[in-house]
Amino acid sequence: MAKINVDGKVFEVDPNNNLLQEILSQQVDLPYFCWHPAMGSVGSCRQCAIIEYANDEDQRGRQVMACMTVPREGARYSIEKAAGFRAQAIESIMINHPHDCPVCEEGGECHLQDMTVMSGHTYRRYDGMKKTHNNQYLGPFIGHEMNRCITCYRCVRYYNDYAGGTDFGPQASHDNTYFGRFQEGPLESEFSGNLAEVCPTGVFTDKVFSKHYSRKWDLQTSPSVCAACGVGCNINPGERYGTLRRVVNRFNDEVNGYFICDKGRFGTGYVNSSERITVCMSRDTHDGRPVQIEADTARAQLKAMAGSAIGIGSPRASLEANFALRELVGADNFHAGVSDAEFGLLNQVLDIYSNRPVNIANIRDIENSDCIVILGEDVTNTAARLALALRQSVRNLGKEMAAKLKFPNWQDAAIRQLAMDRKSPLYIVSPHSTRLDDVAKTVHIASAADAARIGFAIANALDNSAPAVSDLSVDEKTLVDQIVADLKAARQPLVVSGTSLLEPALLNAAANIATALANGESRCNLALAVPEANSLGLMMLMQGSGNTLGKALGSGSKQAIVLENDLYRRAPARAVDSFLGGLDKLAVLDTLQNRTGEAANLVLPAGTFAESSGTFVNYEGRAQYFYSTFPAKAPILSSAKWLTEGKKTEEILAEVAASLPGGAILNKLTPGADFNFAGMRAPRQHHRYSGRTAMRANISVHEPKQEQDEDGIMNYSMEGVPPLKDATVFSSPWAPGWNSNQSLFKFETKVGGPLKQASHGVRLLDNSGAANTWYDATVTKASGDGFSVFPVYHLFGSEELTSRSPAIGEKATAAYVALNPADADKLGLAASDGVQVQHNGAVPVLLRNSIQPGTVGIPVGLDGLNFQDMTANVSLEKARDWQSPKGWRAANIIVSDRSMKKGEAN
Amino acid sequence: MNGPKLPLTKNIEIGRAPFTLAQYQAAGGYVSVTKALAMEPKAVREQVKDSGLGGRGGAGFNTGLKWSFVPEPDGGPRYLVVNGDEMEPGTFKDRLLMEYDPHLLVEGVITSSIAIQASQAYIFLRGEYKAAEKALQQAIKEAYEAGFLGKNIQGSNFSLDLCLHTSAGRYICGEETALINALEGKRANPRFKPPFPQVSGLWGRPTVVNNVETICNVPGIISYGVEWFKSLGINGQTGTRISGVSGRVKNPGCWEMPVGTTFRTLFEDFAGGMLDGYEMKAFLPGGGSTDFLLPEHLDLPMIPGDVAKAGSRLGTSLIMVLDDKTCPIGCIENLMKFFAHESCGWCTPCRDGLPWTEHMMHKLETGTGSMEDIERLEEMTRYMAPGNTFCALAPGAAEPLQSGLKHFRDEFIEHVQHGCKYKQH
Repeated sequence: MAKINVDGKVFEVDPNNNLLQEILSQQVDLPYFCWHPAMGSVGSCRQCAIIEYANDEDQRGRQVMACMTVPREGARYSIEKAAGFRAQAIESIMINHPHDCPVCEEGGECHLQDMTVMSGHTYRRYDGMKKTHNNQYLGPFIGHEMNRCITCYRCVRYYNDYAGGTDFGPQASHDNTYFGRFQEGPLESEFSGNLAEVCPTGVFTDKVFSKHYSRKWDLQTSPSVCAACGVGCNINPGERYGTLRRVVNRFNDEVNGYFICDKGRFGTGYVNSSERITVCMSRDTHDGRPVQIEADTARAQLKAMAGSAIGIGSPRASLEANFALRELVGADNFHAGVSDAEFGLLNQVLDIYSNRPVNIANIRDIENSDCIVILGEDVTNTAARLALALRQSVRNLGKEMAAKLKFPNWQDAAIRQLAMDRKSPLYIVSPHSTRLDDVAKTVHIASAADAARIGFAIANALDNSAPAVSDLSVDEKTLVDQIVADLKAARQPLVVSGTSLLEPALLNAAANIATALANGESRCNLALAVPEANSLGLMMLMQGSGNTLGKALGSGSKQAIVLENDLYRRAPARAVDSFLGGLDKLAVLDTLQNRTGEAANLVLPAGTFAESSGTFVNYEGRAQYFYSTFPAKAPILSSAKWLTEGKKTEEILAEVAASLPGGAILNKLTPGADFNFAGMRAPRQHHRYSGRTAMRANISVHEPKQEQDEDGIMNYSMEGVPPLKDATVFSSPWAPGWNSNQSLFKFETKVGGPLKQASHGVRLLDNSGAANTWYDATVTKASGDGFSVFPVYHLFGSEELTSRSPAIGEKATAAYVALNPADADKLGLAASDGVQVQHNGAVPVLLRNSIQPGTVGIPVGLDGLNFQDMTANVSLEKARDWQSPKGWRAANIIVSDRSMKKGEAN
Repeated sequence: MNGPKLPLTKNIEIGRAPFTLAQYQAAGGYVSVTKALAMEPKAVREQVKDSGLGGRGGAGFNTGLKWSFVPEPDGGPRYLVVNGDEMEPGTFKDRLLMEYDPHLLVEGVITSSIAIQASQAYIFLRGEYKAAEKALQQAIKEAYEAGFLGKNIQGSNFSLDLCLHTSAGRYICGEETALINALEGKRANPRFKPPFPQVSGLWGRPTVVNNVETICNVPGIISYGVEWFKSLGINGQTGTRISGVSGRVKNPGCWEMPVGTTFRTLFEDFAGGMLDGYEMKAFLPGGGSTDFLLPEHLDLPMIPGDVAKAGSRLGTSLIMVLDDKTCPIGCIENLMKFFAHESCGWCTPCRDGLPWTEHMMHKLETGTGSMEDIERLEEMTRYMAPGNTFCALAPGAAEPLQSGLKHFRDEFIEHVQHGCKYKQH
């Protein structure tokens, strides 16, 4: 640590960080634009100027940029003395900026507004013409208003340097510098939405929010957790007038840091969907027409089913809702609402995490890894946030090179320059090319089974007590040797795999590699992606029970309660049809109408994550609590409340904690029902929330009673004390003078460090696995006629609820089959043709060299083809009288087709 | 101390084609390569350092010292990059050298590469220099054919490749780190220093960037020795350099002369003084980004330290003469327009300060300026001062303005009160 003096105050700071970051960590205000805690310093905006004095005698000092300065032990600095220059800097930054704050969606939470005020620019002296630019169409997610640009380069440093985007960049120069795409068109990165948060002003904005924007202080917000995949990124949703307006990142240094993916940000449109189930319905068995019924009637009917009904849980419903169903129907009658293949795989993940000597990798572990092996999982499409972290991990080699030359670790441009294309080794073994190919040392295309064999061979080469694989090809052997050499040389290796390819051996192989690398206390990082927000939570509640969905479907039960689940996405349609057909009574609790719900006799409208509180368990086995953002519109209720007759969510959570082995830790997820600030609850609305007495005046001039939240510690109102000094209940970051999300540092223990007093969530699977226990290297190779099927996932489209959000819908594609061009030739297929898939209708063909001959990639969850209806092998033939579906385009599907010859990619 | 008196231009005759390799060798060319190959690289560096050769690109830093910051070879590639992006307003000396004696530069590149153990050299050439491009291509081709470039040069263990890169054109490419970025195919934005290019330069590897004229001095130093080089200078300086004059003088041009020659000798003896009917009002001593000097400064020797004491910079030592019938406000406005346009757009004071400065100069020149504008222009020169910006472009741009405000303040005020009197003629 170094002792420095800033304007007479003495601080202990870390000399390994830059002066700006350390000053902010001391909670001292110093304006900046181009610096970003996740992206280091480049020194372009000149807004963080500060005076550095050489010694005690030096009265004049030297002006430096704090972001580019190493804090020196014993040095004196003055922020005050450089105020004049900072005022000049902001004045010239602002000469071209439009005065459109009143109609700008960024207004009121604009870092530029804050810094303009903080830097003391109050009067406009520039009397010339402003520079103007044309804006671009950048797709359904991001709006573009270049005239607001202050040329801080944060966008390009985020989008290109950090997120690996290649379709965006700075163009032209001097005061005409332009940030956009070469041509108009949708941004290709899966992480483009972060631009809206990275841009310090309103150039890049959340387009979905912009269509119906509200000021930050008029949004009702809460600490929440993304429900769109198994990563569990922390988010702050925002609501006004009963609609969910947007989602922004909520910092959690262990789960998502400063960034989330576009599915999480733009995939919540379904909350406002017209297809929402908003009333209780009963379907008369005689004429099949649904009738609206009272909530009490519905609740009574549901309760009456207890004892005779089986329950089918859901990986997208909260721990509390699943537990409540389990309690209602009894554990013996509670079935996991996942496909049977997934059931086994998820149990395997639990087993590996609990009984193998591995370190379950959180995002920081991933970013710190210096040799990575990805076995099978297309992380970008199944657990996107991890892909962004993996992109950072390959930079560790460059960071080590820079450290040897004593470059400061925050000198981002210098480190990238030194490293050039030298990267820490990342190996991908996958059935098709993926988005991460560009940062991989080697991409090896192999079926899931072959990927598993390679994995087992790696483990065996690392530790010969691990089971061996005998029949490796020369190429596979070379690859294994190369990977083993790099893993051995690594300081912190990482193995990534997951359940998506539905191959149990893959998980075993990944576990064996990690086990082979474990050495006493030093454990190998292992990250296993799981499909849904609460996949692991659901399986934990199964507690080893063998109640698969298949068992439920074959049970011959006459009554069933289905919790937030469309069974047609979990099992073949024929099996579901026959099960539903055999029921006397089916109760469904869900948010959106779906095929299962259409067969229900009793439909109960369930709240989405935004209208419910609860707990999800993510891919790491980390339980995280989410607070409802706004009250559900009656009779909508959270599923947990339907199933428990209105028990408080926290009470149910306490019951879960008592019921799960080692579950007591769950009680730490919330500050507890007794928690208060100065005797009051925390408000979900800002103190500046406007229109409270007027916003419903067009309906009635009488102000309605404030909605009560029976759960927990937050109010659906502005009453109470907002946490301003810590993040115990972190609805929305705000601090005096810091209205934008840049106020986050005021809540961090230090810049980039954990939030003060916030919950990171709790890890339920801290293991005590012993070394040298191995999984068998058994790989069952599929055989049979026809093409061997493997699933292909789409970030936009594969997930059930998000795909029904309008913005995601615009990005999603219709179903297709992916084939090797050689196979297409044999079938007489051209790129524009359609394919008949066994008995499942015709879809377009997608030709990719990276697909192995003899195999076919079938997308999961896309309109037009149900993966659950596929057998292990399918026959394909050219569709007759084929016409491509409207808007079908092959672009951006299975990208980075490396082996494809130039110009051939479509 | 045998050796030519004018080592840089001895082979140059305007109107005649440049020497072929054979002609160049017959005139004593490529001797330094053979000599340097027989020396320890460190000894070559020391010799250049001892000669006192200062960089001719404008900053004047000791060349041998600059080379000494390159770390010891680690087996990886190292680069020599010649800065031939001569875009400083009023500067045209490198053009003369490259168009008329390209082999001198090629020889200098080889000898300098031996000194720093570079395996690859680049000449970064201003895109508009078509004649120089042609001449250099021919010279490089001949040098390869004669075994001065390529593998095992002259039978030694030393190998070197030389590429000619023609720039897409930007003033900022003259800044060494922006030049490196441009060479890599990136945007020509400067890089932060440290790290210096000697440690992490082109492709993240040790790199030395030198000006064309600097490199052209190296063959002489190695061929004829330090003492000879020292004997060339006057007023305590070493070597020769090319200085020149533009503006309304009788004989504009550039000439090689001893380092330490006075401005007056350059202006009167070489350029023949002002055209009849014109008086010298002031001059920019070394390019558009230097402070104006006045006729009273003509007796200064062209030595960086002496010029700095008078409140300017020697820069490239090609002076631009401002006469009494040209509007100084218009002259400065024109310079601001150039610099504002050539800002790379990376840092705020340069990107947004220069266009505002240009705007105010334009107001003054068109008679719509105010006294506040003059005050604000002064403020601008402080805003764009060294240390406030990312590189030297904006501080350089501020130099003619700040000295103009000092020397021609009356004319600025006159422009506010009566508009531009020069236009009314």
